[in-house]
Amino acid sequence: MSLLSVDDLHVSFTKGHSTVQAVAGVSFDLSAGETLGLVGESGCGKSTTGRAIIQMEKATSGTITFDNTELTALGRSELRNVRTKVQMIFQDPVSSLNPRRCISDIVAEPLNIWKIGTPAERRATVDTMLESVGIDPKVAGGRRPREFSGGQCQRISIARALVLQPKLLVCDEVVSALDVSVQAQILNLLEDLKAAHDLTVLFIAHDLAVVKNVSDRVAVMYLGRLCEIAPADTLYEAPAHHYTAALLSSAVEPDPEATRTPVILAGEPPSPINPPSGCRFRTRCPRAEERCARDVPQLREIAPGHQVACHFPIGS
Amino acid sequence: MSPDDPILLEVDNLQVSFATPRGTLHAVQGVSLALEQGKTLGIVGESGSGKTVLSRAIMGLLPRHSATQTGSVRYRGQEILNAPDDELRKLWGTQIAMVFQDPMTSLNPVLRIGQQITEPLKLHLKLGRHEAKETAISLLTQVGIPSPQERFNAYPGQLSGGMRQRVIIAIALACAPRLLMADEPTTGLDVTVQAQILDLLTTLRFRRQMAMILVTHDLGVVATRTDEIIVMYAGNVVERAPTNVLFSRMKMPYTEALLRSMPRIANPSHTRLHAIEGRPPDLIAPPAGCPFAPRCPYAQDKCRNEKPPLVLSDDPGHSYACWFPLNTPASTKVTVPS
Repeated sequence: MSLLSVDDLHVSFTKGHSTVQAVAGVSFDLSAGETLGLVGESGCGKSTTGRAIIQMEKATSGTITFDNTELTALGRSELRNVRTKVQMIFQDPVSSLNPRRCISDIVAEPLNIWKIGTPAERRATVDTMLESVGIDPKVAGGRRPREFSGGQCQRISIARALVLQPKLLVCDEVVSALDVSVQAQILNLLEDLKAAHDLTVLFIAHDLAVVKNVSDRVAVMYLGRLCEIAPADTLYEAPAHHYTAALLSSAVEPDPEATRTPVILAGEPPSPINPPSGCRFRTRCPRAEERCARDVPQLREIAPGHQVACHFPIGS
Repeated sequence: MSPDDPILLEVDNLQVSFATPRGTLHAVQGVSLALEQGKTLGIVGESGSGKTVLSRAIMGLLPRHSATQTGSVRYRGQEILNAPDDELRKLWGTQIAMVFQDPMTSLNPVLRIGQQITEPLKLHLKLGRHEAKETAISLLTQVGIPSPQERFNAYPGQLSGGMRQRVIIAIALACAPRLLMADEPTTGLDVTVQAQILDLLTTLRFRRQMAMILVTHDLGVVATRTDEIIVMYAGNVVERAPTNVLFSRMKMPYTEALLRSMPRIANPSHTRLHAIEGRPPDLIAPPAGCPFAPRCPYAQDKCRNEKPPLVLSDDPGHSYACWFPLNTPASTKVTVPS
């Protein structure tokens, strides 16, 4: 039973005469309790996908079904009700918190808006939530965001996102602004909270190692389309899409003995204003043939749970 | 010194502090290093470790009125710490060049690329207009910019981040420096572009027999691309070793903790990470003992009270600052908490 189902999602932005197809036909399911990692380089549409799911961007076409409700058709007030169940955490932890308010108030805000419980109950919930993200509410509750480090601000953002007990959490590059040692703290915290609160997570990031660490399944995106979805360990061990393989060969590992497979990817992604015909990766793909320019490859299953959008997948 | 002297750069007990409203901030607390011609040194540390201040002090780029710098920085025997600007200007570009972190802001947005590359060529090498343009286009070709003739007339805003960083590298290399300082040259770039830029730097460095200092927070970036690595923590060098030795026989618990806190592609998904609890110390009031002691799983009373000096290990060129180093069968060693 999938909690979230995205079907043929398109998101376009128009400015003047040009239209950017940021997301061009993305479909995936997310089961309850699962973490799906969404990786890709900047401009591939991964953040837009996340924002479209929580309805911060309007989908141009396609459907987003969450908990048996089709979100793209909802009116404003109905959408407000759904938003308590879907929360998002952003990349920059400091600028996503109101600098003028103390952190207890910031975390209490969702409860106040929804008038959940008595004021005393709300205070107790906030204290428990802050404690569960590792911040002492008695010492730190009255302080403002600037008195905290980036890692602590991200903990506060997590507390605010979880205080309404959402079902789905969309994390957009939540650790990319943090130092490695702090990044590990936040990743471990997310794993613990996910188990404690029965969360389903869409984890958007560009760092391949980070995504692998937290995800059950991983989806790779390129220029607005999905290239490949597979269980995390399978995807990293036996990538079937040439783009996935190229991404993996570019990753740096902290190991001087690591055998470096040569980077096969040249150039940079084409503009999403005027994407290549057929397979969007074909202009940089080492395996591209005439057919790739003609036919758009559809996602198809090559092994249980392993889908790839390529006419000539690796290992076939 | 003779021109055959292999030592290109020597830093001796460099201390940098800044006056702030809260008190004096000790950003770099006595760093010494030496770099031979043609070698690559990696400087690794988290934010606030002093790695960027160190590289800027070596370059002479820190503001004189707010930064107090003592110790010594010698480039080919010449003292350049606190040297006057006109003396430094003779070194910048032709002897030492720098590639900065942010490719978006380190180019002048209202000048064409060509003008920015030919500027050092005309200034330092006294090339004529046509010669300079030819050299600039050859440099753009070397750093892998497609259609360099057209790009020569482009503005920075017309190029992607990866392309801008290539242009910045071309400018830095224009006057054939002997030492290239690269401060987080790939941070903020995509992984595939990062790999391209790092490969480019490695190739050019090798081809030109140029020494390089690669400053980064990412142990992955330096693992396969440096001869030697310095690990910095809270303004101090805590470990220094040839790259292979550092990764295989590290002595400093901070180095180990940094490495263990990184998620690895080689590990299965949902592998629990070894996070370093807490955060680095306040550099306005640094702890009396080892700066890492408050977060170190092996710390003992001695660590909290006495600052460990940098001492040599059995491996040549390997030194560390720790009272109870790892991988040492000493009787004082405590059991390892898992």
